[in-house]
Amino acid sequence: MAAAAPAPTTSSPPTTGGGDGRRRRRKVSDLSKLKARDKVVVGLFLGIPLLFVLTLVVFPALASVLLSFTRWNGIGGLGTIEWIGGKNYSDIVSIYPPFWPAIQNNVVMLVFLFTIPTVLGIYLAVLLDKELRFTWFYQTAFFMPVVLSLALVGFIWQLIYSRDQGLINGVLGTTIDWYGDPSVNFYAVLVATGWRHTGYIMLIYLAGLKGVDPALREAALVDGCTERQTFFRVVLPVMRPINIIVLVITVIESLRAFDIVWVINKGRNGLELIAALVTQNVVGEASRIGFGSALSTIMLIISTVFVIIYLRVVMRDEPGGAR
Amino acid sequence: MNRPSSEAEYLARIVPPSVAGTRFTRRSFLRGMGVAGAGIAAPALLAACGGGDDAEPAATGGAGAGGGGEVTFGLNESTGAGVPYDRNIAAVEAFQEASGTSVKVNAVDHNTFQEQINNYLQGNPDDVFTWFAGYRMRFFADQGLIGDISDIYPIEGIGEGFVKASTGNDGQQYFVPEQNYPWAVFYRKSLWEENGWTPPTTLDEMKALAADMQSTGIIPIGFADKDGWPAMGTFDILNMRINGYDFHVSLMAGDESWDSEEVKEVFRVWADLLPFHQPDPLGRTWQEAATSLQNNETAMILFGLFLTEQFPDEVDDFDFFTFPEIDSAIGADAIDAPIDGFCMSANPANEEGAKEFLKFRASPENADAQNAAGFTQIWANSNADLEPLSELQKKSAELIAAQASIAQFLDRDTRPDFASTVMIPSLQQFIGNPEDIDGLCASIEAQKQSIFATEES
Repeated sequence: MAAAAPAPTTSSPPTTGGGDGRRRRRKVSDLSKLKARDKVVVGLFLGIPLLFVLTLVVFPALASVLLSFTRWNGIGGLGTIEWIGGKNYSDIVSIYPPFWPAIQNNVVMLVFLFTIPTVLGIYLAVLLDKELRFTWFYQTAFFMPVVLSLALVGFIWQLIYSRDQGLINGVLGTTIDWYGDPSVNFYAVLVATGWRHTGYIMLIYLAGLKGVDPALREAALVDGCTERQTFFRVVLPVMRPINIIVLVITVIESLRAFDIVWVINKGRNGLELIAALVTQNVVGEASRIGFGSALSTIMLIISTVFVIIYLRVVMRDEPGGAR
Repeated sequence: MNRPSSEAEYLARIVPPSVAGTRFTRRSFLRGMGVAGAGIAAPALLAACGGGDDAEPAATGGAGAGGGGEVTFGLNESTGAGVPYDRNIAAVEAFQEASGTSVKVNAVDHNTFQEQINNYLQGNPDDVFTWFAGYRMRFFADQGLIGDISDIYPIEGIGEGFVKASTGNDGQQYFVPEQNYPWAVFYRKSLWEENGWTPPTTLDEMKALAADMQSTGIIPIGFADKDGWPAMGTFDILNMRINGYDFHVSLMAGDESWDSEEVKEVFRVWADLLPFHQPDPLGRTWQEAATSLQNNETAMILFGLFLTEQFPDEVDDFDFFTFPEIDSAIGADAIDAPIDGFCMSANPANEEGAKEFLKFRASPENADAQNAAGFTQIWANSNADLEPLSELQKKSAELIAAQASIAQFLDRDTRPDFASTVMIPSLQQFIGNPEDIDGLCASIEAQKQSIFATEES
């Protein structure tokens, strides 16, 4: 987003001011046309957010890249930081057992969120858009998981999944160790994550659907489209901005997926996720700042790939962009 | 759930009630100043912005105002924590009454306090704060983050073992012990009597007993490791029984190899015992394991004394024995008995008051104040009144007194980064797959060398 903002200024060619009274030939907004006061206002409006982005996003990101080449326990001044080159990275890929399972789990999470909860969320939104009776009830029910606090979500699933006292084993009479058995516990987490994600996507999509001009549907109906065709040929293309948001949210959620595994067992024993590993190493008493930073740098690189793809898609199709 | 219509409304929702209570406009603030007086309004506002719940015991108002000023106290129990919080407040009130020094309590949730300790100590720590004896205390002492309090020693009733545990690497004291508790094998007396079971004294006896228990359909040994740390208790005790306390200490210090025959032997013995343990421990919380013991689904469990807090009404029917001997040359005279207590920050605002408070917390008077509030562990001070304590507590005190050596617990005896990022996953991996001991030990050792390389020796 930040990259898109300066675009207009670069495209404005230098103009020799002064020519009052003559009409401008170009429609492009021109900086020199602004009054001094306006320039200050624009400067402030751009500068303050820029300052925030720099101090809160860019600087910490760079710092964490730098720290990833060090060994530091977070105690004492910067003088206690020890440079160790790429050792953190080589340790991560060679002797740190949770790393590869974490990568794998993150990928599985991404694929899963895309294929099931996102689709389900869209489907529910379409159904709810039909002005069913008690639609408010369904909306609330499906959206509830998104609003619940982390601690509560952990507690709810503990009640359901607990091996000895849980709902599932109680009803089915089984003794499956949903949380502890590393061959099944990640699936349990996927269900719990999907439970939240579905409601989130549903709400966003429902909001988008409400904004679709009814005339379009009527026109499609008049032209003899079936309901399916109306949705896939007319509504879905119109909803493009929402679709992109849903896409982005899904990617972000799968990369950040963290809270549920954290409340279950702090991301261990089959529930490794990169975000959880970063937290394990950096936050808390462990304070392996350098090692954790290396992990978060890896996460940053992965996210960057997605950000680039996203920006390319968005920029290409923006009205101002090249078509 | 209606969504907030404006950002302000949204932000207002996420502000905790303790803070929201002090949100007012400038006008109402000014009005408040006029009515209540700046002296009352302003500190309340500041206090509400602080990290934790600020609870000021009743006496703050005026009672002891003439005494030694005010001491700030960082407590690792939050307001809603029940007994642990209440008895701390009881101690604080008793101290205020006795000394005339007022204590301002900054109560923070237990785990949060522990996780934020690095930032806490480097920021603006309270004069006195709760902490544990062991590696981490000594480490902070080395870093100059906690204050030297050797001039309050010797403290009457605090024995040599406790003083040793309170001493930093430089030979000075940095810690005041208040209480500790043993790790032992707990069981229900009535169930054992009914079946004619008696506490084993050797590993072979324990295995025979376990086999007998299995034949009655009861799981011999309760086990839970979802939280990651309970299995450390089993590792500690097996290592101390098989290789002895001294080896355990140097292993924890990073001086012995985890890839050694000694450590592999520990895992082999453990693997041998695992079939007697409650299955699928990795998905079970220790509270659930306590319930299993209470319901006679399991016959015994190796755990800390605080296990009994899970069934306070039935505590009289429970007893414990120390983990049996494995190697007669080593014996069974070492256990984990973690010590909880207090440290003073490096630059306290009120050093004199802080030391007074620390001394009080190790005194028999402190015990008197807390016994009434439901204390469940054991006093460090040997002069403390044990009369109001339960049989189990008294027996615990005897058990600890009988030990030749006391360990603190794996995550207190070694580097916290090693304990949490290497040992927890490794022990969980072992429990899930006890076959690959060689691979596991090699992996632990490789990670240990990477982590312990930090240590400037």
